[in-house]
Amino acid sequence: MTDQLVIGGQRFNSRFILGSGKFSLEIVQAVVENGGAEIVTLALRRANQGGEENILEYIPENITLLPNTSGARTAEEAVKIARLAREINCGNFVKVEVIKDSKYLFPDNYETVKATEILAKDGFVVMPYMYPDLNVARDLVSAGAAAVMPLASPIGSNKGLSTKDFIQILVDEIAVPIIVDAGIGRPSQACEAMEMGVAAVMCNTAVATAKNIPLMAKAFGQAIESGRNAYLAGLGRVLNQAAEASSPLTGFLED
Amino acid sequence: MAMKRTDPMVYQKGMEIIASDILDKVLKHVDNYDYLNYSQSDVKQALSKEHLSLEDYGALLSPAATPYLEEMAKKAVVETRKHFGNSICLFTPLYIANYCENNCVYCGFNCKNKIRRGKLSIDEMEVELKAIAKTGLKEILILTGESRHHSGVEYIGEGIKLATKYFSTVGIEIYPLNSDEYAYLRKCGADFVSVYQETYNSIKYEQVHLSGSKRVFPYRFYSQERALIGGMRGVSFGALLGLDDFRKDAYATGLHAYFMQQKYPHAEIGFSTPRLRPFINNADNNPNDVHEKQLLQVMLAYRLFMPYAGITISTRERAGFRDHVIGMVATKISAGVSVGVGGHEQDEKGDEQFEISDPRSVPEVHQMILDRGLQPVYSDYIRV
Repeated sequence: MTDQLVIGGQRFNSRFILGSGKFSLEIVQAVVENGGAEIVTLALRRANQGGEENILEYIPENITLLPNTSGARTAEEAVKIARLAREINCGNFVKVEVIKDSKYLFPDNYETVKATEILAKDGFVVMPYMYPDLNVARDLVSAGAAAVMPLASPIGSNKGLSTKDFIQILVDEIAVPIIVDAGIGRPSQACEAMEMGVAAVMCNTAVATAKNIPLMAKAFGQAIESGRNAYLAGLGRVLNQAAEASSPLTGFLED
Repeated sequence: MAMKRTDPMVYQKGMEIIASDILDKVLKHVDNYDYLNYSQSDVKQALSKEHLSLEDYGALLSPAATPYLEEMAKKAVVETRKHFGNSICLFTPLYIANYCENNCVYCGFNCKNKIRRGKLSIDEMEVELKAIAKTGLKEILILTGESRHHSGVEYIGEGIKLATKYFSTVGIEIYPLNSDEYAYLRKCGADFVSVYQETYNSIKYEQVHLSGSKRVFPYRFYSQERALIGGMRGVSFGALLGLDDFRKDAYATGLHAYFMQQKYPHAEIGFSTPRLRPFINNADNNPNDVHEKQLLQVMLAYRLFMPYAGITISTRERAGFRDHVIGMVATKISAGVSVGVGGHEQDEKGDEQFEISDPRSVPEVHQMILDRGLQPVYSDYIRV
């Protein structure tokens, strides 16, 4: 059986979602290919249609675009940006980002739920970026989210899984794919997230700030695949062998 | 007979007063800031921290930090890349008028100066805007001198409306307005507002702003706050380094931005770092002189104190300086600059405010950014 990531009815073999906003456009293709990514996010505000350095011209054609609504401060702005993305043929996927904090770039969960509801009704495959909160995640699913994207740490911080326990709760309780987004700083952290059972990992800064960007993309791709395999292999069973011994430990009891 | 000058702390008629304590907070901190009190160990401690306190920021601006410029630069590169990747935003200014009603002793637009004054008509603006848009730029900064009479809010609004036809981002660098006027210009399509306090030393401020509305220190100080109340998306701060004690002015500028960000966490914060150049033959004689070394120290301190803030590098600086600070500390650079009134397509209608040191065109700056392994960004904002 093929292990595939399914979002909005679309199937993907790779669980590495690549952010594209922090490195040179001329290496986008090499980074995508090295990492094996099939989904690439792009900030619509950077799409300079018909103009200089238009990111859309650098993303390979077989890639699923995941336009984000960065720059939006309200649900209303996010909805408008998403609709603009669709108008310029960026497809139906949208990563909702509503941010009212210029320092830490934390998402506004409340506005994010509102935008998700409107966009899902409008036929978008909505993937909201959120602060990991179980109640909000449930609301997002009720609002029609196709996946939920909790942050691991503040954007760009490369700090790894600071919110690990809360992400685990989402993995355990939420039916749609949980995709870790923001804060992953090294491949081992991406691997750890995948071992926890998250469906995919999104990375941007960690790749973009590496000395050799395409090679780091490759390392992330491998780590994510490795973490997924570990999850499928049943990591918990390996570590808890004593608790699952083949012969009962209390089998000697007679009466 | 000596003219009686007005009290610079008293608002003039029609100037809006808002409820805010940021001015008091900034001035109190600056009064207590003695940069000679910092030692190299304070600087080292600041450099070892992830988030800088106000004290750490003070240390990085102090003379004790001078031997640590290289370390500051290395840390700044990391912070800049973390927050902005390798993106460098491009823009150009368009002066639409240079009439001015202020008598500021250091400024080329000073109302007492006998320079050629002018303003662009709406048609002339459009010709200029079209010519700039042809270079591929998507961000423009519209500037005027400070004259409500010659370049009124409605006139500026018309310019902004026109600019939105060709540009995705419109900034303004004009005289301070009331919040309802900022709201009007926001509605016209302006996104960002730059206002420079010049100096935060109110005594010096009074000495160099002899007359005109600019003389009112608190009204200018609260411009950014009124702009945000009016709905602007972001605001920029700056002192004219070298006008007074540049270390204190830089400290005040950072604090001004810091307290504003705390009060308005959604606001995008920017810095500019204009300086008065020291006289060449006077090098190193005056501790207030801002040579490139001091200018870079200020820029690095801004970056390390507020790593998420945009920093613009002025065309007043030479190409070699600008090329090296982008990516390390600066995130935005102007290109194809004309600082006369108009001058992008038609003959200038008015004289320049200052001389530029980097006359390179947009394609030249674009290529330089690529050559430095960075990514030129034309569009970084979507107006919805």
